[in-house]
Amino acid sequence: MAEMVKKATRESFGEAVTALAEQDPNIVVLDADLAEATKTGIFKKKFPERFIDCGIAEANMVGIAAGLATCGKTPFAASFAMFSAGRAYEQVRNSVGYPHLNVKIVGSHAGISVGEDGATHQCCEDIALMRTIPGMTVLNPADHYEMIEAVKAAAELKGPVYLRLGRLAVESCTQDAAEPFQLGKGRTLRDGNDITIVATGLMVREALLAAESLQAAGIDARVIDIHTIKPLDTELILKAAKETGRIVTVEEHSVIGGLGEAVCACLSEELPTPVTRIGVNDVFGHSGPAVDLLKQFGLSAENIEATVKRVCKK
Amino acid sequence: MNVQERKELQITAEKVRQHIIEGVFNAKSGHPGGSLSSAEIFTYLYFKEMNIDPGDPENPGRDRFVLSKGHCAPGWYGALAERGYFDPSEMKTLRHIGAMLQGHPNMQDTPGVDMSTGSLGQGISAAVGMAIAGKMDRAPYRVYTLLGDGEIEEGQVWEAAMAAGHRSLDNLCVIVDFNGLQIDGPIAEVAGPEPIDKKFEAFGFEVMTIDGNDFDEIEKAMDAAKACKGKPFAIIAKTVKGKGVSFMENQAGWHGKAPNAEEYEKAMQELRERLEVLENG
Repeated sequence: MAEMVKKATRESFGEAVTALAEQDPNIVVLDADLAEATKTGIFKKKFPERFIDCGIAEANMVGIAAGLATCGKTPFAASFAMFSAGRAYEQVRNSVGYPHLNVKIVGSHAGISVGEDGATHQCCEDIALMRTIPGMTVLNPADHYEMIEAVKAAAELKGPVYLRLGRLAVESCTQDAAEPFQLGKGRTLRDGNDITIVATGLMVREALLAAESLQAAGIDARVIDIHTIKPLDTELILKAAKETGRIVTVEEHSVIGGLGEAVCACLSEELPTPVTRIGVNDVFGHSGPAVDLLKQFGLSAENIEATVKRVCKK
Repeated sequence: MNVQERKELQITAEKVRQHIIEGVFNAKSGHPGGSLSSAEIFTYLYFKEMNIDPGDPENPGRDRFVLSKGHCAPGWYGALAERGYFDPSEMKTLRHIGAMLQGHPNMQDTPGVDMSTGSLGQGISAAVGMAIAGKMDRAPYRVYTLLGDGEIEEGQVWEAAMAAGHRSLDNLCVIVDFNGLQIDGPIAEVAGPEPIDKKFEAFGFEVMTIDGNDFDEIEKAMDAAKACKGKPFAIIAKTVKGKGVSFMENQAGWHGKAPNAEEYEKAMQELRERLEVLENG
């Protein structure tokens, strides 16, 4: 059993891609003047000749990555999510998605937990944008261990992948998972029969903490960790809906277009089930310490607990 | 090049022009103006310049071509068809449902297409990526990319140019089809991207301005590009938009419009006559 590790997933990414590159000479990494922040700097130090700093030019970075992929490379192109998935969206769609090239778009500092930088840098739309591109795999790992597996899976998959990284250090919560990491498969991290909390990324640990408190209040909550938002593990979602009857989704992302809507779409077509979405409610963020912002926006164990209690009372 | 070689290239360029008109007419849409202006460039690249093999279009050692101005696909398709990448009869299905020849180039569908393009400004970045890959692998292949003069109004073109200059990508040859017209009118009136040569120079390119409808001049520039070390090369190819079809020449209106039946006949008649003169002269 692995030990608990408190680490930001961006750091786990930097380490994992560097370790993987030892065995795979085709892996190259691109950044747009944020190597220190996205932690591609770890790779740069080890493999300077395979690291391409594109400067502050994300659109061009994505195009260069596409060109590299046509020549047999496996490029990981990283910047803040706001810029790699946001600013360069059309380049990702047309130069990577349409030709289905083997490019891994890496979006770091995603969500509002960028903190003090404020709304311009708090990307809460990246999952929505990347989900709409045909053939794009969308990954949002919860912690250190899941990030290592996600980087491996992304490198092995021949095709476009979006990989979301977080800025904040987070205590790992998947080290004791019963099921191994498998691309496209969610994991039930806690069983329960009264309600299911479907969480992704940074919110997985918050969901587990909430489920623990709910236990004390007599609510038996199941927690599903969705690291692969696309393709979504609809089988697992449907099973949870059938067995628990109620669903709460939690994501550090807009309630529009993210995990919550993906779950709603699946359930409304297959097995209509009440779903309550916790996320950023169609507003811009603002400056402040990340932890305080998460609380303020209801992206916390406390709010998940309160929401579940409210839903269970209905 | 000798007289015979020049004549053969001219003949091929005229055949490419016929394919363009054939394709766009049957599609009832498409971009004849910029396809026609680039006919000599496409022809020279595929019949003289590039190290390619139509029988082995995926060969990792091949030279690459990216049509950054993807809307001029009919011209590129015409050259690929003439070169033997696919049957010229495909031209008549251009832009049809289920056709191999999409409105803008798709590498998944068409042999010889090294990169999907169409959204302006993006192809040159992919070409830079290919050139970087070549440098990383110490591979001798060269990368060519053709841009429109209107296309260089896209900011991404200059991000890519900066990267190419900064990285001294002397395996990259950028060609700008400088026909002076874009959809809304003369480039000088719409957005003013000139001076083009000085801009590329400022971004670290070796630059040569030529008559892009003249094979001798194209050869001179391509040879200079290959000889240039330590810098990427930009060929500013002054051309005539709609070149070869009298009523399309220098008319912005023919940027993205298909000829009707009467115009089609007239255009094909002109092209056939010129081809006949070349073949029998």
